[in-house]
Amino acid sequence: MSQAVATPTATKEFTLWQRVYGWITNPWGKPRFLVLITWGYIVWSIAPVLIAIQFSFNNSRSLTVWHGFTTKWYFSDPVDSIWHNASYRGALNQSLKLAALDVLIATPIGVMLALGLARWRGRGSGASNFLMLFPLVTPEIVMGVSLLLLFTQLFTFVNTGTLAQVLGHVTFSISYVVVIVRGRLFSIGRSYEEAAADLGASPSAALRLVLMPLLLPAIVASAAIVFAISIDDFVISQWLSNGANSTTVPMLIYDATRATPLPSTDGLATVIMTITLITVVAGVAVFRMFTRGEGGRGSAVDDVAGFGM
Amino acid sequence: MYPRWLWPAFAIPGVVWLLILFLLPFYAVIGVAFGNIDPILQTPIPAWNPINWNTGWVAHVLNELTPGGVYWDVFLRTIRYVALSLGGCILIGYPVAYYIARHASRTKSLLLILLVLPFWISYLMRMLAWINLLAPGGYAARFLSFTHISDLLYHMGLLSQPNNFLGGQSFTVIFALIYGYIPYFILPLYASLDRIDRSHLEAARDLGASPFRAFWHVTLPLSKTGLLGGAVLIVLPMFGDYYTPNIVSGAPTTSMIGNQIDLYFHGGPQPTIGAAITIILSAFLVVLMGYYMWTIHKSSKELVA
Repeated sequence: MSQAVATPTATKEFTLWQRVYGWITNPWGKPRFLVLITWGYIVWSIAPVLIAIQFSFNNSRSLTVWHGFTTKWYFSDPVDSIWHNASYRGALNQSLKLAALDVLIATPIGVMLALGLARWRGRGSGASNFLMLFPLVTPEIVMGVSLLLLFTQLFTFVNTGTLAQVLGHVTFSISYVVVIVRGRLFSIGRSYEEAAADLGASPSAALRLVLMPLLLPAIVASAAIVFAISIDDFVISQWLSNGANSTTVPMLIYDATRATPLPSTDGLATVIMTITLITVVAGVAVFRMFTRGEGGRGSAVDDVAGFGM
Repeated sequence: MYPRWLWPAFAIPGVVWLLILFLLPFYAVIGVAFGNIDPILQTPIPAWNPINWNTGWVAHVLNELTPGGVYWDVFLRTIRYVALSLGGCILIGYPVAYYIARHASRTKSLLLILLVLPFWISYLMRMLAWINLLAPGGYAARFLSFTHISDLLYHMGLLSQPNNFLGGQSFTVIFALIYGYIPYFILPLYASLDRIDRSHLEAARDLGASPFRAFWHVTLPLSKTGLLGGAVLIVLPMFGDYYTPNIVSGAPTTSMIGNQIDLYFHGGPQPTIGAAITIILSAFLVVLMGYYMWTIHKSSKELVA
């Protein structure tokens, strides 16, 4: 009986505000307001995209009111489905073509540049390093304007269109390859190659048989990243395009947002997003598979986080 | 063990590529900006030789960038939008990065994956998603009007009309800029917070600092490089943004300096003026970047001393 009386008097010492404050700051655990902000942020950053994916399956032309599930915007609608609409298919084609060419050209150039910049100590190496970093911080519109003027005023033999777009994409991709591969080069160190040389390997054998296999995961990962940033690129593709036959998916989405987007616009974005995510996940998986057992700290997540930068 | 010429030889293709397709194009911009305009065709006549440079167009643009000029309002608006978006990114991003670096234990991997996910979703798709949500009748638009938040924003002067989110609203543009760029801000910040040695904090607490004082005098200064790095990473591209305002607003009342450049190339016939604005914007950004490098250099020296 006395206990039942004592308990309320004990809690009475805390006002409502103190209790709310105590619950939010949670002094003996994780601060709850940080938990709320973090998960709130995560939901806010991802939910809109999930809703856009949902409306690509909407059984109506509306992007705001749900009318039931259909896949007609992907396959069966004779005019506006991704499968039947020529401009959608053309844009998908162009995006994939640019990304593939970008990977094929930028990856070898970037890998060689990474090797060169990491080990070349001499006149010009500092300036080259500086030059390599600049594309990473140059606003895309500045690159777009300068490449457009290069191709229209100086190198007039390059017409805007696919060729100009590929040249532009490679230009902003090289630095990403260099950053990723160089990071791997530093973590490998030179001792493996020196051991190979001590055991009688020629320089070319040391390169081919020791360094290349060790670099392979980073090369694959950087190829995946280049594919992803190329396929998601909008600004350079737009500035260097010459109209309908060099329109990419992001350009099509941009045009649609300024007119009337359809569920198939969401669908096209969903297709491109799926391709990007599969590529990146595959790239990271390969990277992890090859570097497993090296005893390095961190997880696949840290690698992705590193690639993000 | 390798011949001396090998590494420079490896670097050559990449360096040459960047010289021709990254550095040389800036010269093309300079040539056009300091050139003339054909009086009949209105096409640019570039001046490649510095002796023939005509500073008239750059001077004209600089003049219009001063108070009372045509671009003054656009310039001020750009700075305002970028500053407010950066402020929003810090307010939302710092607690998130801090929580994941310091407190998330079991959920850390999951949170990091979710944090990186937006990187691999096209920027355009993320904007398209908000168009769907904020269009009349969209989920977010209905929620905001049902909860009367839309009226509140209207009475606070943040929306020019209640329940109109996509028709030239500065509020929506800033919101979209924050949404678009914040992932690039959080990640470097997270990396710098994650690197902080916890023993510094324990020392501060052992010496009697309150949690707030420990944060203010230990965590915050140690995360300064990450904070500045993240800020630079989003501020530079934001100054060149034109697609975000075009997508979520499309009205001239929300145009930024990037829209002005876009207009001269894609809307109007005068690339010369567009090139002149590009040069001035680049010079402005180089100054910003220089300030950042100087700060980093200074703080790394302080750390050693």
